[in-house]
Amino acid sequence: MKKTWIIAKRELSVFFDSLIGYIIIVAFLGFTGFFTWLYGSDIFYVGQASLQTFFSIAYWTLFFFIPAITMRLVAEEKRSGTLDLLFTKPVTDWQIITGKFVSTLMLILISLVLTLPYYFTIWGLGPIDHGVVWSGYLGLVLMSAAYISIGIFASTVTKNQIIAFLLALFIGIFFHIIFKMLAQSMTGQLADIINYLNLSSHYEAISRGVIDTKDLIYFLSIIVLGLGLSELSLAKRNVTN
Amino acid sequence: METMDIVVESLTKQYGSQKAVDQISFTVQTGEILGFLGPNGAGKTTAMKAITGLFSFNKGEIRIGNKSIKNEADEIKKHIGYLPEDNELYTEMPVIDYLKFMAEIQDIPEEKIPERIREVVRLTGLQKEKHKIIGELSKGYQQRLGLAQALIHDPEILILDEPTTGLDPNQIIEIRELIKKIRKEKTVILSSHILAEVEATCDRIVIINNGQIVANGTAGELQDRAQGKFSMKVAIEGGETNDIFNKLKSLDQIEMVDFANGENKLFTVQSVDKNSPAKEIFDMCANNNWYITQMIPQETKLEDIFRKLTMN
Repeated sequence: MKKTWIIAKRELSVFFDSLIGYIIIVAFLGFTGFFTWLYGSDIFYVGQASLQTFFSIAYWTLFFFIPAITMRLVAEEKRSGTLDLLFTKPVTDWQIITGKFVSTLMLILISLVLTLPYYFTIWGLGPIDHGVVWSGYLGLVLMSAAYISIGIFASTVTKNQIIAFLLALFIGIFFHIIFKMLAQSMTGQLADIINYLNLSSHYEAISRGVIDTKDLIYFLSIIVLGLGLSELSLAKRNVTN
Repeated sequence: METMDIVVESLTKQYGSQKAVDQISFTVQTGEILGFLGPNGAGKTTAMKAITGLFSFNKGEIRIGNKSIKNEADEIKKHIGYLPEDNELYTEMPVIDYLKFMAEIQDIPEEKIPERIREVVRLTGLQKEKHKIIGELSKGYQQRLGLAQALIHDPEILILDEPTTGLDPNQIIEIRELIKKIRKEKTVILSSHILAEVEATCDRIVIINNGQIVANGTAGELQDRAQGKFSMKVAIEGGETNDIFNKLKSLDQIEMVDFANGENKLFTVQSVDKNSPAKEIFDMCANNNWYITQMIPQETKLEDIFRKLTMN
């Protein structure tokens, strides 16, 4: 746990020393703010005191932003060789992976905390359902965690950051939209299975305020699977035949 | 841990169908500095990485201070400092932050970290550069930082993979002095393809080629082994060149004669064994009224041994 935090701390300092962190936060706030308040089906157009507009925009924004953050996490260290040095230190592969996971999740949490003024503003504008807001944030956090673990896995399989980015998007798009489309065009048990894999149905359930263990298990499974596969991918160097 | 001997037994590491190192065995005693010599791609780096616990290997065993790296890698890693070949650093980090990170990851107690950082910064001469970002450091200072990182937890074992490559001659000498300074009470493995470096800094030399050990001994032992036959240059004056050549050739002790430089009547002679034919040559000259102007024994250089053992 302590080693995980040491790794996470270093990653966080890289985010903020190299401006990546600030750029991500500013871009995220700018993007979601623009579409929540100013343009398209914004809050005033909808005319309800709810953060639903923000949540559906953040749902897509994070989908594209997270691979951009995670792409360098392992690929960059593989390319420069710093990962090899880390392997010679008393730290396990799991600690390296989870450290990087925690650092990215914290960056996302900071971004989300900075959107709380949206919440307070709308609260001032009309009667807001607080439960739905908090469960909406929970949904965003869970979704982010799932995509971070997928992004880290994509970053462990290559030395090239662009490939890591595209691979993360490619894997992500299945959960984000393709499974949904497939399930709609199918019937029977297969459709049920594919629909279960569809991330947006779980996300929507949670952001409507329905926190079901089924949905929590779904997100936790993706996170654990993504991190587990990342660890396996690092352990590939130990394969001896 | 008391003794920190490194024992490598029939270590084999295979990448696909290619064996990077094949059944190599050697021992490094506590306090010894071992030079790892070989052409590029011989398997030096692979062997060193295996000792640091960077990856597992196919066959064999590595024991450090009687602990197997297979079972107690995490414990062993606390006692090893490693300077990788390309000295990869987090170039975007400040020097002090980097050392702090490395200290934390090596389990140095929080309260001792500032003291350890001061110590390694002083030892490696980084005082003036310590407030810079790593990427701003010159190659020589980056190398010092690599060493500082390897020394931060005061390890008993140091594994230095080509510590002087890419440096200018002044920096090479500085780094070499630094290694001499820190080697006290440490077990060191140092790899290089520069022979003079290994000869100058190491107690013992292991030459590795195509993944196998081709020689293992002190510089002196390797020379003795490679010499076999005594050879020298001798210049004889006072007679016809051809006469001298033929007479030299007819001596029992001499196996081979060649003109080293015809004009000066300088010959290269090789003895049938490792004994010098000096007395026979002297007697021959005395009998013919010739005189010897030069007599230079030829020592086999480490370069020759290296070439002989690694050319195939």
